[in-house]
Amino acid sequence: MITEKTITDFVYREADLLDTMQWQAWLDLFHPEGRYWMPLEWQQQDPVLQPSLMYEDLLLLKVRVERLAGERTFSQKPKSRCHHLLQAPQIIACDPEAGLFKARTSYIYTETRGDMLERYSGWASHDLVRVGDDLKIKLKRVDLVNFDAPFGNIQLFM
Amino acid sequence: MANYRNNAFAIEALVRQAEVHRDVYVDPEIFEIEMEHLFPNSWVYVGHASQLAKPGDFITATIGRQPVMASRHTDGTIHVFYNRCPHKGVKIASEPCGHTGKFFRCPYHAWSFKTDGSLLAIPLKKGYEGTGFGDAQANEGLSKIKNVVVYRDFIFAQLNDNGVSFEDYFGESLSTIDNMVERSPEGKLAVVAAPIRYMHTCNWKMLVENQTDTCHPMVAHESSAGTAVKVWKREQGDGTETPMAVQLYGPFMSPYEFYEQSGIRIWPNGHGHTGVANSIHSNYSDIEGYLAQMVAAYGEKRAHEILGEVRHNTVYFPNVMVKGAVQILRNFIPIAVDKTLVESWVYRLVGAPDKLYERALMYNRFINAPTSIVGHDDLEMYERAQEGLKSNGNQWVNLQRLYEAGEPADVTAVINGTSERQMRNQFHAWAKFMTIDMDKRIEAAE
Ligand code: FES
Ligand SMILES: [Fe+2]
Repeated sequence: MITEKTITDFVYREADLLDTMQWQAWLDLFHPEGRYWMPLEWQQQDPVLQPSLMYEDLLLLKVRVERLAGERTFSQKPKSRCHHLLQAPQIIACDPEAGLFKARTSYIYTETRGDMLERYSGWASHDLVRVGDDLKIKLKRVDLVNFDAPFGNIQLFM
Repeated sequence: MANYRNNAFAIEALVRQAEVHRDVYVDPEIFEIEMEHLFPNSWVYVGHASQLAKPGDFITATIGRQPVMASRHTDGTIHVFYNRCPHKGVKIASEPCGHTGKFFRCPYHAWSFKTDGSLLAIPLKKGYEGTGFGDAQANEGLSKIKNVVVYRDFIFAQLNDNGVSFEDYFGESLSTIDNMVERSPEGKLAVVAAPIRYMHTCNWKMLVENQTDTCHPMVAHESSAGTAVKVWKREQGDGTETPMAVQLYGPFMSPYEFYEQSGIRIWPNGHGHTGVANSIHSNYSDIEGYLAQMVAAYGEKRAHEILGEVRHNTVYFPNVMVKGAVQILRNFIPIAVDKTLVESWVYRLVGAPDKLYERALMYNRFINAPTSIVGHDDLEMYERAQEGLKSNGNQWVNLQRLYEAGEPADVTAVINGTSERQMRNQFHAWAKFMTIDMDKRIEAAE
């Protein structure tokens, strides 16, 4: 039985897996057709014919994760670390009949590397589907409040 | 460290035949001189006419560090002026783009200007009667930039009158813009979205040089492109059709021989491009319906000529790179000696299938974005160079690859694609446009 608490726990667990760099376990949260999307427009509707910062399927997310550990991944010497500070997720939909599970979570995200520390604010939207007893990510959408500002490298996941 | 201000000879001495002194990347005074001389002396990209579709539309930009704006006047002409009120200097436009209606109105004291920049009205005008205001520069309205050329909708401006015309400055290098425009069956490009912006903590010239640095992709991008190829092979086997994403990443891992034979073409005044015979953009899969549209528009022979020209990166000196085959323009905007803002614009090929725009957008976010793994590889190298160049052990950067003694500057030539000659070409132009407006006679007499 999937309840609102199941969704909330899922969102917290996802952030925790990222913060503890359990990359494989994080990838396992995605549905095979899942996507990770960082829009580049306010309330953007289209990830394909409008520019985005990221719009990636599981194959590309695997590339990113594998790259992080690469012997010749020079931008990870030293390695980055991250920290998610989440507000309580807002449940947008929890409808087991229709298979609709959605949450929106306000966050502050910190990414550090060496002596550098960058902080970002925004909203994460989770579109989840049930696979067996588990929830899987159909779409994780990350809207930065200042998506239109020029950033340096963002190497991990918000 | 030499004193470079008003010292054309010291500036020229930074550029040797096949080496440049590190001060060109790290010295704050050199950066100031670039802002005061190099950028005003060059023809600089301001924007695209499709961003000024209707009269009253405007865009803002900077040339060096001077704020400028371009607008579409009531009669349809495009004007470029300094973004600064003639009264007390307030910027007239504060957004990257917008629509002002019939006139611009300064938000401070409401002086207003026609969309060609001329003064329209001043509140309480009688306060200027008998003051000689008619002779004041303010009476002319927004200071206009005279040297403006709109070439196939690309707006370029040159702030200084140094006698180098647009045609002389760019010459045959404009063929890359031609090719990009002709890739639209209607011969038209359109900017329909904001660029991807990416901040770099390095000197702007490192980015420009990297555009024709063909010996770095297989090394620096092994982590991104190499991993993409590896993961794809493992996950999918070799049987299935290669997805668009892997088609875009894969060619970055091409071996040295590939780049050697694909060639580099240089032009006078620091322009040049990689990918003469073929390029990393050559083997993308066909997009349904596109070739038929092109043949209908241009005829069989011409359509194949246009699509057969797959130049890789074309550098428009000083600070723009154009990719005709994927409809991207990267603008390397200098902020400080060690800070550069990159704005990567994608043009939509008017009349072409959506899939082409989808691919160009994908390429853009894969290769040059804060969230791009290829971008991460590159920026790491620039940052390390910016730090490393502070060391005094060796104060010269070596650009000697395939250097030939006495090779002529300011010529058109096609050469081995792993040559660093385009970088030498850029620095020759750099020394020229840094000092073209400096009085060298005085110093010679000293
Ligand atoms: S500063 Fe513009 S009207 Fe006074
Ligand atoms: Fe690169």
